[in-house]
Amino acid sequence: MSEALTLHFDVNGEDFTSAGQASVRFKKNMRELGVDPEIIRRASIAMYEGEINMVIHAHGGVADVNVTEDAIEIILTDKGPGIPDIEKAMQEGYSTAPDNIRSLGFGAGMGLPNMKRYTDEMKIESTVGVGTTVTMKIKLK
Amino acid sequence: MTVAEFAEKYSLEVLSMPDPSREIKGGYMGDLLSWVMGRAKADQAWITIMSNQNIIAVASLIDVACIILAEDVRLDESIVENAKAKGVNVLAAKSPAFEVACEICHEIK
Repeated sequence: MSEALTLHFDVNGEDFTSAGQASVRFKKNMRELGVDPEIIRRASIAMYEGEINMVIHAHGGVADVNVTEDAIEIILTDKGPGIPDIEKAMQEGYSTAPDNIRSLGFGAGMGLPNMKRYTDEMKIESTVGVGTTVTMKIKLK
Repeated sequence: MTVAEFAEKYSLEVLSMPDPSREIKGGYMGDLLSWVMGRAKADQAWITIMSNQNIIAVASLIDVACIILAEDVRLDESIVENAKAKGVNVLAAKSPAFEVACEICHEIK
């Protein structure tokens, strides 16, 4: 893995039941690269949570992945409503997900906290009315 | 104990079993998917009553040994097909989640 590998995924915001396709494909790509299974697990859960967030709140978005010798970087970008209070959004149990999403077992207010839990670095940049970019890094060494 | 052995011993219905020899090394019970993703560990049996399409992606990503649907919860055929395609073992139990948990506990001790 001397050169950086880049992957790009479009996350469809229309179909909630198929949400997770990008993460599942990402997981398969990482397996083929021979990345440590526990690192793959952490990275793909973090990416799935991000993907779900984009589907719930932002009508979808894009996921870009860069894999270098040192780390996996996942950048999730959407043109959704933005996050007014990031500190609050990071609290476990805080959720603004609608009821129909909760009935599917999401919206427990654990998405962003899980993304932080499973990654080594996480940065959220958000502007209300413009969109949100979440950058996550998982170290390979 | 493997997923196949567990299903046999406790008469669970096999809905999808692409990986019968997968070892069950523990259990986790929960229906809030993000909670499960934050707390469940690889190789555990995940007991749930949640039956929508998303449980297959969640199980695949957290790499559990199998999903065990408790309380006689059923799955749509399209979800079963998706589980088979993604290599996710799914068993169905008539008994309540707590009883399934007790059975797992009995086997992993």
